[in-house]
Amino acid sequence: MKLKKYLIIILIFSFPNNLLANVNSLLIDKISKNLRCLICQGQSVYDSQSDFANSVKFLINKKIEEGNSEEEIYEYLILKYGEWIVYDPEINKKTLFLWIFPVVLFVFGGLLIFRKVFIN
Amino acid sequence: MKKNIYYFVLILITVFVFTLLYKAIFQNNSYIPSSKINKKINGFSASTLFLDNKINIKDLIPKKKITIINIWASWCAPCRNEHEYLMKLKEHPNIVLIGLNYKDKPSKAKLFINDFGNPFSTILKDPKGIISIEIGAYGVPETYILDDNLILKKKFIGELTFKNFEEIIEMANR
Repeated sequence: MKLKKYLIIILIFSFPNNLLANVNSLLIDKISKNLRCLICQGQSVYDSQSDFANSVKFLINKKIEEGNSEEEIYEYLILKYGEWIVYDPEINKKTLFLWIFPVVLFVFGGLLIFRKVFIN
Repeated sequence: MKKNIYYFVLILITVFVFTLLYKAIFQNNSYIPSSKINKKINGFSASTLFLDNKINIKDLIPKKKITIINIWASWCAPCRNEHEYLMKLKEHPNIVLIGLNYKDKPSKAKLFINDFGNPFSTILKDPKGIISIEIGAYGVPETYILDDNLILKKKFIGELTFKNFEEIIEMANR
């Protein structure tokens, strides 16, 4: 009977903590998957075990614990390392070409195919 | 005629892409966001290596001198190579050196300093590497040149070379 009581108390106290820890670790995973490991070859921060990536994961955890949102963490890291750290760069003057060029190529290629198939 | 235009556009695109990639080969791979230079770095507090007391970086920056923050670790081989330059920089009257010991065991770090000499006025500990990330570092070694307002003037990624050393001396002499 006594054991049962102890178990219930332990369960009550550990449940919210575990839940919070799981939520945090899921968010760390989500954010780190969207970040580029700047010293690795084609790996995300999530995939990499380099010192840089591990430190970034620690920092994300710290920022979450301080109450920062996902967006705020991205903005903070962009401020430190520039747009290159995120896999999804914002559309601005510097990245406009990056966003527009594939569309231009796509339209140009589509027009070529259209002319070939339907007009000739 | 139309065929010629297509060929012309195709050649133009090929030349453009080739030039772009060819130029990229010769570019420096270490990416430093230019927006960081001439901006204030984050203030931070950390424990010192020898006394283990917490200090704010702002309290370590002297007036009218340049401050060098060097991120190092005892396990980092390039840190050993650049150490002689740091020892020489220590002698300059306008330079103050602060060490940031990155992801290191304090006992190993102390041993490193005992073996190679201590160029730093203060050594701060960064056991998880969080401070380094907060000031925008990639790893070890890295060297930051700051003015007396914590404004980042220059950043050297990787081992300091003789050329870098001369550049720092020139900045300190100004």
